[in-house]
Amino acid sequence: MEEFADIELTVNGEKIAKRVEARQHLVDFLRIELGLTGSHLGCEHGVCGACTVRVDGQIVRGCLMLAIQADGADVWTIEGVSDTGEIEDLQEAFIARNALQCGYCTPGMLLTAAEMMEAGRKMSRTEIREFLSGNYCRCTGYHAIVDAVETTMESRFGG
Amino acid sequence: MADPAGAVGRPLPRSAARRLAFGRGKYADDLRFPGLLHLAFVRSPHAHARILAIDPAPARAAVPEALVFTGAEIAAVCAPWQGTMEHLPSMVSPPQHALAVERVVWQGEPVAAVVARTRAEAEDAAGEVAVDWEALPAAAVRERTLDADAALVHPGLGSNLCFATTIEAGEAAAALANAAHVVEGSFSFARHTGVPLEMRTVIADYDPGEGRLTVHGSHQSPWHQQDTLSRMLGIPEQLVRVVSPDIGGGFGIKLHIYGEEIAVSAVSRLLGRPVKYVADRMESFVTDVHARDQGVTARLGVDADGRIGGLSVDALTSLGAYGSYGRPPISEGMMTIMMAAGAYANANYQARLRVAFQNKPPSGMYRAVGQPIACAVAEQLLDWAAHAAGIDPVELRRRNYWADEDYPVKTPGGLAIRRLSPRQCLDRLADMMGYDDLRAEQERLRGQGVYRGIGVATFLEMTSVGPAYYGPSGARISTQDGATVRLEPSGAVRCVTSVIELGQGTHAALAQIVADRLGVAAADVGVVGGDTASAPYGGGAWASRGLTIGGEAAWRAADGLRANILELAGSILQADPAALDLARGAVCDRATGEARIALAEIARIGHFRHDMLPPGVQPELAVTRHYVPDAAPFALANGVQGSSLEVDVETGEIRLLDHFVVEDCGRIVNPLLVEEQIRGGVVQGIGGALFEECRYDADGQMLNASFVDYLVPMAAGLPDIHVGHVETPIEETALGTKGAGEAGTVGAPAAILLAVNDALRPLGARVTALPIGPEAVLEAVAGARP
Repeated sequence: MEEFADIELTVNGEKIAKRVEARQHLVDFLRIELGLTGSHLGCEHGVCGACTVRVDGQIVRGCLMLAIQADGADVWTIEGVSDTGEIEDLQEAFIARNALQCGYCTPGMLLTAAEMMEAGRKMSRTEIREFLSGNYCRCTGYHAIVDAVETTMESRFGG
Repeated sequence: MADPAGAVGRPLPRSAARRLAFGRGKYADDLRFPGLLHLAFVRSPHAHARILAIDPAPARAAVPEALVFTGAEIAAVCAPWQGTMEHLPSMVSPPQHALAVERVVWQGEPVAAVVARTRAEAEDAAGEVAVDWEALPAAAVRERTLDADAALVHPGLGSNLCFATTIEAGEAAAALANAAHVVEGSFSFARHTGVPLEMRTVIADYDPGEGRLTVHGSHQSPWHQQDTLSRMLGIPEQLVRVVSPDIGGGFGIKLHIYGEEIAVSAVSRLLGRPVKYVADRMESFVTDVHARDQGVTARLGVDADGRIGGLSVDALTSLGAYGSYGRPPISEGMMTIMMAAGAYANANYQARLRVAFQNKPPSGMYRAVGQPIACAVAEQLLDWAAHAAGIDPVELRRRNYWADEDYPVKTPGGLAIRRLSPRQCLDRLADMMGYDDLRAEQERLRGQGVYRGIGVATFLEMTSVGPAYYGPSGARISTQDGATVRLEPSGAVRCVTSVIELGQGTHAALAQIVADRLGVAAADVGVVGGDTASAPYGGGAWASRGLTIGGEAAWRAADGLRANILELAGSILQADPAALDLARGAVCDRATGEARIALAEIARIGHFRHDMLPPGVQPELAVTRHYVPDAAPFALANGVQGSSLEVDVETGEIRLLDHFVVEDCGRIVNPLLVEEQIRGGVVQGIGGALFEECRYDADGQMLNASFVDYLVPMAAGLPDIHVGHVETPIEETALGTKGAGEAGTVGAPAAILLAVNDALRPLGARVTALPIGPEAVLEAVAGARP
């Protein structure tokens, strides 16, 4: 197997062409090669969700995907969705509710919450908790995060 | 109390949350260093083994640029440290090297460091280092560590016993013999760890030109780190700077001195290049300090009215192979025997504590240290006693709290208590829970074969531990914190603090405190900290001390600046400073409140228009103050937690329905921050109660060192957590806070344990080992069946 490969992809709306190590996972690529350090690593075995990024419209574990698998993909990270303002209401709800403490899980948590919004309706707290269960948070105990997501759903979709 | 127009007491969102929520956090691994090298460790696969030889050649063959440093090579430039305490000469602890030399004493102990251009290459090379091991027998089962034939973790010590002590107060044996009802149990609290989501990270950058070492890392006490690095590496302290950037959670885990961190600095010094190490998750599980790991046998006697007659507690704590440097490793056990049943009137108490080494990762301080154990044991005994005496458990507690006229109290466990508010907290909690209705519903559902349980547990939270503990131990750890408060030329205010921010929001609360003292808005105060080269010296973040100690320091510094500003204003306005005040961003007339001159104008003149000042006036627009918590050995917060849950006796599943907390942390600076500290703490307590355990086999191999196998609480399956407050400010400080960071973790395991046993009571089943998994529930139910 070749140790390096050339890839072309779009990251946060910007076209990128890079030669990458075949074994480099997507979040190491984003962090090390592109300097997008908003995506974090909490386990590198696909459990904690700190590395959550959006690839071709769906959230994925960035630590379980190789950079070369993202060849041709459309990748969005916390930096990109912050710049476009797409999740500003979620971010403001997290801030107002203090739904983050150390903030390490927060980028992944927000991208997961953003995907939850695509249901286009207000979910129950139990549904929100189920959906968030792929993202670990050690600080908040989750209650405030559930509140923030619920508040955003209410304002987007009505009570 | 709080100024109604002021910032203190208001639920203000913190500005750092905005930065973090937009992905702009700067954690240690996000920082960039030109010329950076990456380091990986070679670790022991054995819990106990002799190192016969280390051969770096295969590593150099695989990665020609890689450099390998063995434990002996690091030891040549880095002194070992020893976790003994001067005030406890009977407590033993052997010297510990940054990397093992000759012998390893836990699985995962580092034996060599490998440096390369990238982390991947460093790991490639580390995997090829050939180590010749001679495996030795390991001590890895708590109950057997003190047996005569147990393998010795440190043969030179002659035993695995680290420390033993007893408490005798009153006539406990007689009281227990004569009690109307005696209840007892043997409890087990599993070994677990703190699992901050960001793994330990350090970047050491030694500049050979100036001989200067700069270390950036995810550390809760850069002060302790600076002191240790200076002395172990022999670098003058003015040339050592430690910086804590954004930290991705700590919970005590990042408070400690780790061999890896020190070794990275030693390697950087040898190479004259910046060197980075980031632990991976498996390394975190086998090197982050572990906690709890304690067995407790306890008996409680009450009279026919349910009043406590006597209590006995016998605890055995299993450490790892070392205690932490400067942090007494016996604290887990000492807190257990000191604090058990501390809120209740009792004169007859006996306790024994033994603390033993094992071949497992070093032990250290994790959120709430020993207090969850003290709370769970005492509260469970009280519940059992209530049922033995035929008294409602909540009523039994009301009867047993110290009476208000008893204060100040010295408990038989040795706690000096100035005042507590458990009755107010209990009444408030019973009201919030709808306690009587829950009991009625529980009874009704039991008729339908549904097993619900209610647990109500009283907790004490020891915080802000002061000089009476750390001083005599000889630990080079400051119990003081400091703050510099400075008026900037625009009239804005900057506060530089020794307090370390890890997400608790302490820096935001400091802004609120400083704002009120200077009559400005909290948003006008910028708070920074975390750099030992520029912040006033202090302690860092542990024992929920940030506001109680660091907040008091900021209060005093702000008051000092306030006096200086008014003096300057007096000379500008030709007025008596005592007749002036600061409010709403201006210097006002104290009597009328009328604004005389804007603070911004004072700042401009004080910084740029010295020509306008009368001769001899020297503006002093920055003030530094420190605060030592000298009035008491510690602060003591208290509260009550309630759990409502349902046990499926067919599957063993525990379904958490609701969780309630009423706590008294003294003055509340920001309720939004306090409540989320409580909730987060509760969920870590739930982790300890139901999920978290570092599982080991009898040979000392960790069996679940990944997130796949080590369970932590997830959003699903957790209850909402309802928080209420009783606010009794302490009188020793101007600020009046007690700390709130650990309360949730102290009381939650007890509330859950009590509720599970309350649910199982009709079946005659009980559980006494945490975490309580479904299998334990099923075994208890099966064991109780006739």
